Amino acid sequence: MVELYNGALNVPEIITRWYAEEAEYNYGAYIPFIGTVREEDAIEGLSFDVYEPILSSWFDAWQVKAQALGAKLKMAHSRGDVLVHESSYIAAVFSPKRRVALEMIEQFVEDFKASAPIWKYDLKNSQRLYAADRSTAIAGAGILGGKR
Amino acid sequence: MVTIEFLGPIQKAPLTLEASSLRDVAEVLKQDSEMAQWLENCAVAVNDTLVATLDTLLKDGDKVSLLPPVCGG
Repeated sequence: MVELYNGALNVPEIITRWYAEEAEYNYGAYIPFIGTVREEDAIEGLSFDVYEPILSSWFDAWQVKAQALGAKLKMAHSRGDVLVHESSYIAAVFSPKRRVALEMIEQFVEDFKASAPIWKYDLKNSQRLYAADRSTAIAGAGILGGKR
Repeated sequence: MVTIEFLGPIQKAPLTLEASSLRDVAEVLKQDSEMAQWLENCAVAVNDTLVATLDTLLKDGDKVSLLPPVCGG
């Protein structure tokens, strides 16, 4: 299950709770990735739209892959505004040994960037501006424009 | 009738129209100059499942979603 929050994530609460939730399952490795909004290009923060139905099915498919390797994934993401130096994203892998978790966190976060139905906006001068130049078309995009 | 919804940054209210396949939807949206910049880069879902071909058949009550380029995190 993906945890969605309005505004910034409470990082200490989430990563501590996840640690406690999995403490009895004999995982040897817990690797969280925490995404924090950086101060750059004079932005005040970022803002996010999330389309939950497809995000959930994307995440569930990844969880099946993780289970096949004896691992478990967790993810939290913000909706709405997140200011600079606050965090909007946490992904984590639990696995029996480190190798699976190290490899999976990279693959999972990269696929998340390319596929998860979340849209990012810069908050700048009190405007909410779609980050078109940092966005990636989902694999298979363009059919309505006659690309395939 | 099918419903077309536009996600994320596409500032457009949902449409309802008669369509028996995604090809019919594409024909209607191609007439809309506001949509020109999106049709080449949007992924398409029918009832919340991504689809890969314009030959995807539609039935009454289906929901078609357009997903523009993404950037989570």
